[in-house]
Amino acid sequence: MVTDQLTTAPSTTPAWVSVRNGTGLAVLLLYALMPGIADIFDLPFYLDIFSRVMILTIAAISLNFILGFGGMVSFGHAAYLGLGAYAVGILAYYDIYSGWIQWPVGLAVSALFALVTGAICLRTKGVYFIMITLAFTQMIHFLFVSLEEFGGDDGLTIWNRSEFDGLIDLSNDLTLYYTIFVILVLSLALVHRLVNSRFGMVIQGARSNEPRMRALGFPTYRYRLAAYVIAGSLCGLAGILLGNDTEFVSPSDMHWTKSGDLIIIVVLGGMGTFWGPLFGALAFLLLEFFLSDIFIWWHLIFGPLLILVVIFARGGIDSFLGQQNGQGR
Amino acid sequence: MNEVILRVRDLVKHFDGVTATDSLSLEVLKGEVHAIIGPNGAGKTTLINQLSGVFLPDSGTIKFKDADITALPGFKRVHLGLARSFQITSIFKNFTVRENVALAIQSHAGHSFKFWRPARNDSQLTEPAQALLERIELGDRGDVLAGNLAHGEQRQLEIAMALAGDPEVILLDEPMAGMGGEDSDRMVQFLSSFKGRHTLLLIEHDMDAVFALADRITVLVYGRVIATGTPAEIRSNEEVRQAYLGEDEAA
Repeated sequence: MVTDQLTTAPSTTPAWVSVRNGTGLAVLLLYALMPGIADIFDLPFYLDIFSRVMILTIAAISLNFILGFGGMVSFGHAAYLGLGAYAVGILAYYDIYSGWIQWPVGLAVSALFALVTGAICLRTKGVYFIMITLAFTQMIHFLFVSLEEFGGDDGLTIWNRSEFDGLIDLSNDLTLYYTIFVILVLSLALVHRLVNSRFGMVIQGARSNEPRMRALGFPTYRYRLAAYVIAGSLCGLAGILLGNDTEFVSPSDMHWTKSGDLIIIVVLGGMGTFWGPLFGALAFLLLEFFLSDIFIWWHLIFGPLLILVVIFARGGIDSFLGQQNGQGR
Repeated sequence: MNEVILRVRDLVKHFDGVTATDSLSLEVLKGEVHAIIGPNGAGKTTLINQLSGVFLPDSGTIKFKDADITALPGFKRVHLGLARSFQITSIFKNFTVRENVALAIQSHAGHSFKFWRPARNDSQLTEPAQALLERIELGDRGDVLAGNLAHGEQRQLEIAMALAGDPEVILLDEPMAGMGGEDSDRMVQFLSSFKGRHTLLLIEHDMDAVFALADRITVLVYGRVIATGTPAEIRSNEEVRQAYLGEDEAA
């Protein structure tokens, strides 16, 4: 769990007990109890909404790893959502339903795409990096638009979810929901371990000051590329879940606006924080839900709101929950 | 003491038609404090950047301990024993003082493709980090965020990070930058404690510090070496007085 290093206060409460962690755990508890809540209030579509939010959260966790902790502002992260979902969809199209094949293929394709594009993108910096990540994702987006065999623009229906014979039955909505939940929790833990490891220290150091890291003797490029590949794979996993959850995949899953949504979620939640993606994704959903209910041009409100967050609360929602503990502690 | 540890020969670097380094040759002897002085724009930092591999020279060679490192990537030079500090303080302000030093030590503790164990309580990093902090007299400041240190302490930490890995040669780019009298004096003391353990190539504007520390001085004007010698020789060199020291005294 997140531990706060502000341990100077002479209190007996463990350092990880804080408003921030309490809020984070409360959100996780809400997700865990959502099937029951949806059942009691007879709102089955809540299950759909929240499984979608959790998938978005996993994608945001992966983006937060490279953007928040690594300073790599990828404007093409949705590519991996699409690649993961298409791996499931295309294999299913050829009647290969085994999750033991679909999931490793989805992860491998995402990792490979991240490796090849990252090797090029990471030679650039700043705005150039943003634009080139966007360009690669647009390329892959239009590639799938042009693939008529797999539905082109109209997308591809996935008739059966991934099969893990004998292990779990994802065709059951509740089972899929809790599978997503568990993967979400594991993703949070994974990234937490990563950013605090030796590897993570190099990634964070390279965000603050790459020339200094090289002057200390770190070959920063290969570490950043490794981080980029890890993030791409994790987002590919989110895509695999997305394909299973919606039982449909289309090029719009990797549209640039989806990449933008992920950046918004990370910024809104608090870049480079442990809980940020969780808070950001939930807030994004609630804002979209309520604003779009009262006002069809809800983006008109949402945009300025986001600008206010960037100007007045650089740490995002996370910064409202007590003093910044920074660096993912 | 007479062994040449760093040998620069006919180094040339142009930037958009400006010759920043002009057929520069230089020999740094093992164990000495070698200062490089010169007016603004003389190409001092440009020289350090080429020696540390930030960018490559257009022509010429750099030899370090008999190995030609002219085209070697900067991060590899560090592992040969050629470290540097920066004129603009380049510490990691969001990290604590100890984390800053531990990161520097981590660079010399094998590769960092270690994804699982928390680095912050890795005694293989924190113990040498604490030892280094004791050496630079920041032993009790380990848990302070580096950004919250006083300016003088930040400069000390900046240099301490170059010390990890016990480099043979340290390139110091204006260690006294932005310092007042008292801080400067402390820094001079701090740097003199390096004598015998590290060879220093020092760029500095603070002439009192240079003459207090340096065994030899090289004077750079418009990217060219106009003189090299002991402090006494440099002080009495007519060309140097005209080009540089004269201005300084008048100012």
